[in-house]
Amino acid sequence: MTERENILGRVREALRNPAPAPGAHDALHPTGATAGQPVSRWLPKVGQSYEERLALFKSNAEGLKAVFHLVKNQPEMVACLETIRDAEGWKRVASHQGQLTDAVVTELNLPVMLTDAGYDVNLLEQSDVGITECDALIAQTGSVLVTSRSAGGRALSVLPPHHVVLARKEQLLADLPEAFELLTKRYGTSYPSFISFITGPSRTGDIERILVLGAHGPKKLTIICF
Amino acid sequence: MSGFATQFKSNAQRVTGDLKHRDLIQSALRKYDVVRTKTASTFQDWQAARRTASSIKWDAINHLDKHLEQLVGKLEARGTVVHWASTGVQARKIILDIIAEKKARSIIKSKAMTAEEIHLNEAMEKAGYEVVESDLGEFIVQLRKEPPYHIVFPAMHLSRDDISELFTKELGSAPTREPEELTMIARRVLRSKYITADIGITGANFAIAETGMISITENEGNARLTAALPRTMITLVGIEKVLPRLGDLALFLPMLATAGTGQALTCYNSMYGGPRQADECDGPDEWHVVLLDNHRTELLANAEQRDALHCIRCGACLNVCPIYKNIGGHTYGTTYQGPIGSVITPHLRGLQNWKHLSFASSLCGACTETCPVKIDLHHHLLQNRRNAAAEKPVWWEKIAFKGFAFVANRRWAWRWGIRIGSWLQPLHPLVKGTRLDPMRPWTKTREFPPLAKETFKDYWKKRNDRA
Repeated sequence: MTERENILGRVREALRNPAPAPGAHDALHPTGATAGQPVSRWLPKVGQSYEERLALFKSNAEGLKAVFHLVKNQPEMVACLETIRDAEGWKRVASHQGQLTDAVVTELNLPVMLTDAGYDVNLLEQSDVGITECDALIAQTGSVLVTSRSAGGRALSVLPPHHVVLARKEQLLADLPEAFELLTKRYGTSYPSFISFITGPSRTGDIERILVLGAHGPKKLTIICF
Repeated sequence: MSGFATQFKSNAQRVTGDLKHRDLIQSALRKYDVVRTKTASTFQDWQAARRTASSIKWDAINHLDKHLEQLVGKLEARGTVVHWASTGVQARKIILDIIAEKKARSIIKSKAMTAEEIHLNEAMEKAGYEVVESDLGEFIVQLRKEPPYHIVFPAMHLSRDDISELFTKELGSAPTREPEELTMIARRVLRSKYITADIGITGANFAIAETGMISITENEGNARLTAALPRTMITLVGIEKVLPRLGDLALFLPMLATAGTGQALTCYNSMYGGPRQADECDGPDEWHVVLLDNHRTELLANAEQRDALHCIRCGACLNVCPIYKNIGGHTYGTTYQGPIGSVITPHLRGLQNWKHLSFASSLCGACTETCPVKIDLHHHLLQNRRNAAAEKPVWWEKIAFKGFAFVANRRWAWRWGIRIGSWLQPLHPLVKGTRLDPMRPWTKTREFPPLAKETFKDYWKKRNDRA
């Protein structure tokens, strides 16, 4: 017998004996009829209107030390990037092919490395910034949803010290359940091998529980949206 | 008493009296308490969320066979190699064989409690490979050659000075008191390791049956790098980690973050569905998922305690436990500390050797109340006690309880017992705290309250006689 059969056999044998109902021990909070109800009902509130949700996204993202720029149009997005480029003295940019990135990144007049067709990890590591698109922004948590397909692979959004996300306003979703629905709708038949909710820049509290940004991933996360 | 119990007692005594240690733990956990309460209160209904999470996990565990088969089918369909390991020995062998086959030299690892459970690092180091822990806390305890102190905060017991001193000694860095500088020292050391490592090893927070994905939650980005750069990726997963549907994460990710650290959502929540696919530019060429049993099916067979397998390893029960706060993480001598560790370690390593952990509890129930998936933790401690006594009764306890039952069932014996006690009590100070003292374990650190001159019964009788 293979180990697979051994383990599954033990599991089936064990499950012949039924377990007590979930949470049966808790007299204060007995098991109510929660199964099958949409979980959005329990999660933190998001506003009803688009404006409320946008404001919530902004305050959540900024609370996590991400920077959020809401601009009017694509030229303003370029101008916004140029300001950051000059302030941080970028010399090398890494990005990927995409509708927004194609239009914006070339305007920066810097050497650009694209990850789409494979890349040199050392060059990516030496890039000052990784500029990516995303699948969605999530108001409830201030998160950016990326996948290997929407954001140039697995490493582009985590290896360079600054991650810049280019997004459109209509990509804003209310909450996490909506984000998972979107993933199923968009990729249901063939998921990308990597999906990630990015919520603020990389952080650690491993030393005396004191917050430090940029533990291993980007020290900065900037989201520019129009 | 087992050797483990003796050691537990002496370590508990030492740590409890260490004031510096107490300070570090209390201040770290006080901060946790405040933010966790605040974040849980942003939920529209945290209790309903707990109920739902508990039902979902119940479904996952009570149909584990079905979910495992679905998970594995989906993983394999995307080119992932799945291995099954009944024991820690088998899991280590599977992983060492992959490393040998790849002729790998250096290995980068992100935090995985299952790897601690099967002592994977020791096995790889013994086989001559360089293994680097990439989570900052794990990196620190690895340099100290210590096990993690806490399942979520591995280096919680160290001050910045301890860490600075460690880095100076092991990495040759200049001393500093800034947590930021210390973090950057580790960042610099580890950056080059990601790029040169041949193999990346990760753990898993959830395994999604519906879509065949492994979900990994982290704050630092080390797991993301571990899963992005090395050519071969190995993921070690306990079989109890399954969740039925991808959408279940919409509840579990924010709950894990809230219960674990008080964050609304952890910085990176990543789902991996396969090795690099044909249309993708990076990721490992090969991905091996190792499914680990290691006594989990034995716990599964215990219907009464099966819900202990619902655990999502958030560490909340450790953080609220008065025992953990006093004796600290290392005293347990186990992979999993705190209430959940006391519940499951007897199943993982043997009841008689580890039953003492279930007795080291005030049964206050703070763990049960805080658990996001509603594991009945403190009752499981009681069940462990009961099972331990039923399996191997202690002779002197049997005699003592027989004696107690004899006295308590006979009015005359009870009355005389109390009378004799109150006569003898004035003599107690002569032997108090010495070896001759029958009450020694109690009176070493406490006063025994004086027995009343008159029993309540006598008092009541007299009072009624007067009337």
